[in-house]
Amino acid sequence: MAKMKTVQTRPEALIDVTTHYCPGCGHGIIHRLIAEVIDEFEIQDRTVLVAPVGCSVLAYNYLDVDAIEAAHGRAPAVATGIKRANPNLIVFTYQGDGDLAAIGTNEIIHAANRGENFTTIFVNNAIYGMTGGQLAPTTLIDQITTTTPRGRSVGNEGYPIRVCELVSSLITPYYVERVSVSNAKNVRKAKRAIKKAFQFQIEGRGFTLVELLSSCPTNWSIEPVASMKWVDEKMEPFFPLGVYRDRSKEEVDVSAASCK
Amino acid sequence: MGEKQLLAGNEALGEAAIIAGCRHYFGYPITPQNEITAYMARRLPEVDGVFIQSESEIAAINMVLGAGATGHTAMTSSSSPGISLKQEGISYITGDEVPAVVVNVSRGGPGLGNIAPSQSDYFQATKGGGHGDYNIFVLAPHTVQEMADLTITAFDLAEKWRMVSMILADGVLGQMMEPCTFPDSVPERNYPKDWILDGKKGREKRLICSLYLVEGVLEKHNEKLQKKFKKAEKEEIRFEEKDVEGSDILLVGYGTSFRGQIEAKRQLGEFGVKAGLFRPITLWPFPYDRLSEIAEKTKMPALVVEMNAGQMLEDVRMAYERFAPVHFYGRLGGGIPTPEAVTAEVKKILGKG
Repeated sequence: MAKMKTVQTRPEALIDVTTHYCPGCGHGIIHRLIAEVIDEFEIQDRTVLVAPVGCSVLAYNYLDVDAIEAAHGRAPAVATGIKRANPNLIVFTYQGDGDLAAIGTNEIIHAANRGENFTTIFVNNAIYGMTGGQLAPTTLIDQITTTTPRGRSVGNEGYPIRVCELVSSLITPYYVERVSVSNAKNVRKAKRAIKKAFQFQIEGRGFTLVELLSSCPTNWSIEPVASMKWVDEKMEPFFPLGVYRDRSKEEVDVSAASCK
Repeated sequence: MGEKQLLAGNEALGEAAIIAGCRHYFGYPITPQNEITAYMARRLPEVDGVFIQSESEIAAINMVLGAGATGHTAMTSSSSPGISLKQEGISYITGDEVPAVVVNVSRGGPGLGNIAPSQSDYFQATKGGGHGDYNIFVLAPHTVQEMADLTITAFDLAEKWRMVSMILADGVLGQMMEPCTFPDSVPERNYPKDWILDGKKGREKRLICSLYLVEGVLEKHNEKLQKKFKKAEKEEIRFEEKDVEGSDILLVGYGTSFRGQIEAKRQLGEFGVKAGLFRPITLWPFPYDRLSEIAEKTKMPALVVEMNAGQMLEDVRMAYERFAPVHFYGRLGGGIPTPEAVTAEVKKILGKG
């Protein structure tokens, strides 16, 4: 028998524990990608995770880095305090769609607009997970949730909020990209986006945000494999993948905004 | 000691925070505390500090949490409606056991109220304020000098106990000018920092949290917090008293309302009535035992004077009323009790009108 060769190991920054996430949930994939990036940059010893309220509040059970919980929606404000007080730390918030785009809209917009030098990992699965499947700001039109039992209607709830488009309407943010974890190819792209965001933070460039379209089979009531297809077929058309801002490739002229 | 300066309370507080080592301030505009924010915006860059005008009071208190979590105790200031918004963060910071300093230059409520001085946030400040079973230190200055001195104390208490310290002032104390001197420096605070987030280099990872889902664990966490609060209640009580023996009546007040009582005592003296003075400096922990002692020993009636409908009154009654009667005089919605009104109230109580 040929000798076995190791081609893939658990990242050092990922703790070897049983997952609490549901089968087919995208959080596990995203946690792993972050852990790989932390390993590759060798920043485990100086990284701080700001955990949100939602299913991923327990992200600190999986990532072997210093961590702090934030109140619902306040992760960008907590991250601001951490990074401003100790700029040597690599700081990232991990936030869901309710946390970031509903209760925490104010905090994310203003942290982005100040150009705070941390990274936001924004997981968009179009629903509230931990509380049992309520309407999220990113819930699609006609999508059934416990609080839109007849489907989201434009008349009552308005259109879903596109966070990358919203954040990149600001001048200051440095890097904003939307990716997906729906298949292997997309996962590889997602990893590249996360890596780029951390790279820019390490270089002190400013605010970076990666939105990841992800799945929630339990609350969507869709089988795990079909859920990934749902991400591709339902979510992606409304939430187009791509880079929304990359200041490393553009110059910003501030003269028009100056009173001098 | 530095030279005597003529300063507004809000500025004295700001400079004292800098002297106490505050290098991180986060705040949102609201009257009557705007001078603190402006002062910190001007001063912090001069000492390589960080100033952010946050997007809201909520964001500010959470920035205070973030900075505090790295071992850099931060300050935020606001006034009543803004302090209500900060209560969520204050609850989290307490559960997280992170030091923080919060200033409330309070104003009249409820709701938007007005911008006149008031003491109607006493309950909110001293009984927890946010959700959960907890307390914070509440320090009540009554002069500009004390705005400075107690701010320095607030930083020490916050770090020593890993708790929130609140300065509970009001519009009068924030805006009025009085002479003030600052110490050149403060004693170094070498409290353990084996809990701060500075990267897991050479150690296990650390987690700052207030979430404990496993059955029984949150109860244990609460028991630990309560033990700390009980210990602080024993060790950190501060008060001032004058002529509490051999007097006809005890005047009890704090902050701005106490100032009128000092003058009332003088006026009563001219009238032949001896008044003792008692002023809690820490509203939490509250000096129940000392008040009980005074009541038991002297049996003289007490008059509590506040700029609210009788909030500290409840604490005074708890300590005092089993031994001697407790009376109350208060003004509402920005009214300030004048010495004449206090004097008239005393005469009525003593039947000397």
